[in-house]
Amino acid sequence: MRVLVTGASGLLGREVARLLVRQGHVVATFQRRPSGVDGATDFRGSLTDAAALRRAVEGSEGIIHLAAKVSFTGRAAEFDEVNVEGTRKVLHSARAAGVRDVVFVSSPSVANSGTSIVGLGAEPADPQHAHGNYSRTKAEAELLALAADAPDFRVAAVRPHIVWGPGDTQLVERVLARASRNRLPLLDAGAALIDTTYVDNAASAIVAALHRMEHVHGRSVVVSNGEPRPVGELLAGICAAGGVAVPSWTVPGAVARAAGAVVERLWTWTGRQEEPPMTRFLAEQLSTAHWFDQRETRELLDWTPAVSLDEGLARLAEHYRGAGG
Amino acid sequence: MHGCWFRAERGNGGNRLVATLWPGVDPEWSRTIGVPSTSAVDAPGTVRRWHVLDNGAQLSRRGLAPAGTLLCVHGNPTWSYLWRTLLAAGSDAAHPWRVVAVDQLDMGYSERSGTFRRLADRINDLGDLTDALDLDGPVVTVGHDWGGVISLGWALAHPRQVKGVVLTNTAVHHPSDSAIPPALRLALHPLVHRWGTTTSDAFLRVTHSLANPPLPADIRDAYMAPYRGASRRAGVGNFVADIPADASHPSFPALTCVAEGLRGLKVPALMLWGPRDPIFSDRYLKDLITRLPHADVHRFEGAGHLVAEDRDIATPVFQWLAEHGGVSASQPDTVEEPTSGGHGRNGAAERSQAGFRALWESLGELATGPANEDIAVAEMAPDGSVGRSLSWQQLDRNILDLASGLREAGVGNGSRVSLMVPPGVDLTVALYACLRIGAVVVVADAGLGTRGLSRALKGATADFLIGIDKALAAASVLGWPGRRISVRDLPAARRRILGVETSLTALAGLGAKHGSGLPVHIVDPDAPAAVLFTSGSTGPAKGVLYTHRQLAAMRDTLAETFGIGPGARLVAGFAPFALLGPALGAVSVTPDMDVTAPRTLTARALADAAAAIDATVVFASPAALRNVLATRDDVSGAGHPALEGVGLLLSAGAPVPERLLAQVQQLLPRASLHTPYGMTEALPVTDISLEQIQAADAEAAAGTVAGAGNGVCVGKPVHGARVAVVPLAADGTAPGSHAVTEAGVTGEILVSAAHVKEAYDRLWLTQRGSISPPGWHRTGDVGHFDDAGRLWVEGRLAHVVTAPGAVVTPVGAERAIESLNCVRLAAITGVGPAGTQAVVAVVETVPPSRKAGLAAPALAARVREAALEAGVMVSAVLAVPAQPTDIRHNAKIDRTRLSRWASRVLAGGRPGEP
Repeated sequence: MRVLVTGASGLLGREVARLLVRQGHVVATFQRRPSGVDGATDFRGSLTDAAALRRAVEGSEGIIHLAAKVSFTGRAAEFDEVNVEGTRKVLHSARAAGVRDVVFVSSPSVANSGTSIVGLGAEPADPQHAHGNYSRTKAEAELLALAADAPDFRVAAVRPHIVWGPGDTQLVERVLARASRNRLPLLDAGAALIDTTYVDNAASAIVAALHRMEHVHGRSVVVSNGEPRPVGELLAGICAAGGVAVPSWTVPGAVARAAGAVVERLWTWTGRQEEPPMTRFLAEQLSTAHWFDQRETRELLDWTPAVSLDEGLARLAEHYRGAGG
Repeated sequence: MHGCWFRAERGNGGNRLVATLWPGVDPEWSRTIGVPSTSAVDAPGTVRRWHVLDNGAQLSRRGLAPAGTLLCVHGNPTWSYLWRTLLAAGSDAAHPWRVVAVDQLDMGYSERSGTFRRLADRINDLGDLTDALDLDGPVVTVGHDWGGVISLGWALAHPRQVKGVVLTNTAVHHPSDSAIPPALRLALHPLVHRWGTTTSDAFLRVTHSLANPPLPADIRDAYMAPYRGASRRAGVGNFVADIPADASHPSFPALTCVAEGLRGLKVPALMLWGPRDPIFSDRYLKDLITRLPHADVHRFEGAGHLVAEDRDIATPVFQWLAEHGGVSASQPDTVEEPTSGGHGRNGAAERSQAGFRALWESLGELATGPANEDIAVAEMAPDGSVGRSLSWQQLDRNILDLASGLREAGVGNGSRVSLMVPPGVDLTVALYACLRIGAVVVVADAGLGTRGLSRALKGATADFLIGIDKALAAASVLGWPGRRISVRDLPAARRRILGVETSLTALAGLGAKHGSGLPVHIVDPDAPAAVLFTSGSTGPAKGVLYTHRQLAAMRDTLAETFGIGPGARLVAGFAPFALLGPALGAVSVTPDMDVTAPRTLTARALADAAAAIDATVVFASPAALRNVLATRDDVSGAGHPALEGVGLLLSAGAPVPERLLAQVQQLLPRASLHTPYGMTEALPVTDISLEQIQAADAEAAAGTVAGAGNGVCVGKPVHGARVAVVPLAADGTAPGSHAVTEAGVTGEILVSAAHVKEAYDRLWLTQRGSISPPGWHRTGDVGHFDDAGRLWVEGRLAHVVTAPGAVVTPVGAERAIESLNCVRLAAITGVGPAGTQAVVAVVETVPPSRKAGLAAPALAARVREAALEAGVMVSAVLAVPAQPTDIRHNAKIDRTRLSRWASRVLAGGRPGEP
């Protein structure tokens, strides 16, 4: 089948495209930069460019839509334009081109209002209560995507939770960079239980969704390794893999969340482009539990994660040893 | 205008009003009926308008034939709304019952009659109503508060119709020699009464506030609804004023008539009780039990006056109705044999055949035998010498004297006597004296903690309390029930302060003076003999009732399994077994220790006690053994030979690690070391020795015996016991009724033996759940058999963790983790929703961590790896300075508490202490 992957230059998108190529599908990609995926046809362009998007969609049977503005900072309008309007355009072009299946790659943060998540399934997306522009716009986009689901145009939402792996700039690099400058605090002693997703597992789950559309269309599923770990131990594992000293100082979670909110607003207001040292989103991620009931996901997708958390950390360590040596 | 308010509201749309104003009530149930009154208070020809909730019409509309009628009578100041859950359950097609819940006149939405209706009127009123309803067929009455008395009055007046009675927090009699409850005294006080009950809604609000947990606002509003405005509350005030506080009250004869009539009421009875009731406390329950001794009784620990709100009473009521065939008369309980196989010999079959030999019989024989001058019981003094001792002859004499004295003091057949005396000579004499006269001993130990102890004693409602000074002082302060008897004579002033009537010394003297004139008292082998208490490590401590036959069977099991009999000399460092010493014909000595804290037994005290009687047997709890090992260097010169003479050690109460036993072996080189497995409800169930433990562990490690491993091996069933399991389901419960013994099948452990408990005390529901399948006792433990027929215990059923796709029992992984040198005690628990829980390991390390929280990554990795070898995937590893353990054994880790703590910490909360 011909599958279009949007956002294939990112860590997860690239892995999804590669997996599809390995499975023998005809793979096209759409993003601003080259995808770097051998065996795929790159279409270059922005989600705001309808014509470019139409060209890429043309002839596809399935679309995996990953492209999004992912950031802790930035103006609301930018998020709306890329994440909400961009998704609307993808759906529109897909319908027009007779595409049968669309997998919208979402995030568990679309249903998270900042409280602990302890063993829950995929709760409904809630733009009103989602924290931050990214989560809010992804929530709106997910609702938009699922509303478009129909028997002849199947749409499913897959929400991988905290994707990481070798080459990951979102979590791993950020943790290592901060830890090496001793700027990574552990919030509330780092005991909050957090589930994450090794990148290979997230990719295989997304591709599984495309193959299991008859079971999963019209719904959202959260995807994770199903191995909740205390965040402190997780960060220590990442630091150990990256050869950086483990963070040792702790900050009360409530203080960090409050500070994060202030910094976030200050950063946005002053228009600074680099990532702030602490955001409310990050503070929440590091101080409250979020792990999920994976039973339904695994049944619907007929999928289990192939790479365990510890195996993932070992691969990460190998990656950094290779990079260093 | 009386009674019109409600009708006016009902017209069109009234039913919708009902649905919103009375949550839980189907509008179709609500009806009003005109009832010709024959009560003395009304002029002839008066017709009163009643409001009732009645599902009768609805049932016939649905084509459901009810098994009978539940006639439900509320108290003051509630109304028929109290019984809505019974109406709902009776409307269930699976077990249809017509439920008629009345609003008494002047109450709820029934007519405000403008009269003062007394108890006799109200009982007659209810008869008028059932006549008007043409209520025929079998009726089971249900009553609460003063409605209980009225429902019973109706029951006594309708003997042909009444097929059962259900009572919730009520009373029929107040002993004239004691004060009425303070709360009621206040409500009756002339200065308070009218204002508190009628002018204001204080009495209503106070009553509603007794609900525990508190009532939701909409339900509180529903209770308040018919009583808005002082004019609608006259009935509330009159009801209170009609309580006969003493014999001069006009309603006293009617109340007495009901109270005495009850003794002749032979229909099945169910009492569901909320003990946290400032008015209808346990003493009224006890009074009702003496009048209806055949009643099934369940006390919902933690529930209060509004027990129908605090707990689900509909489920037990309908279970009870079903069990009594709906309407059949009371039948004696039949003992069913276990339905299917189990490992071990069938003890239950022997139950009916074996000749009964009372607990004290060997005592009498030894007292008249050739060795009657030899020491029978002794207790050690702190200096290592024998503090006190009695020969067999003296022991027998003292028991008979005290028995006689106790009878003179009013202790009789079936009296409950709480024994709050530390193990030793006094306790032994008191215990056997009570048993000989058919009194039921209540043995609650300080190991329950003060709160648990208080709760246990109040629930057991002893008639007498025999205690040492400390216990008597606590009894005064905490209001423990029972007439007080001290051990020694006390100075008059102290006696007054403590409310002590007499002493064991005085009673024994009295008995001796009157000679051995104790008339031969035949004790019924199947009458209750003792109430013991569970340790309360899984919920509030439960009272466990034993009959004389079952106590005797416990003695015989010990004798047969371990060969303990006349000639044996035992050091009694573990109370439950120690009390059986004289019954076994064995000499027993109590070591110098604080028996309420097992870990105070030192090696020196143990050796001194052993030396005093040339001991052959030692009973000691695992916690005591730990301290014995810790203090082993203090043993005096004469101590070692004494310890070397010990041939048998029994350590029970909690699992004893092999490591610990191996060290004990060095101290007791010739002893065979046994760790029987059992519980308060069945002591012992299985037995295993150190050698057998080592063999079992070796076979588990080698994988040569199928099913060996994943737990603690507790060996094979003791003499006369059968053991099996009910397999676990995916949700971590053991819902089946098929007992199996296949190797490797994990399930809830069942035991059947002549020495298993008779029942849980006043816990009808709990008891019912514990004997399914029939003939077995469900232990609440989980485990499995191996191919060699040995039982492996995997933990408590309540502590099973339900991870996705796997039911995790704690002990296997805990043992694997404890094999790490740096871990002293490990506990496996779960956080998150059932079915998708994350497994958490909580460890106490060597040396202990300074504060509770996340384990260091290196330790976490090792713990995780160890658990994985036992097949368990651990999500988080937490470290604590000390595991929370039970007070009695210092050994059973409170995994439920750890789970609550871990849930908080792992959700991102502040660690604090577990």
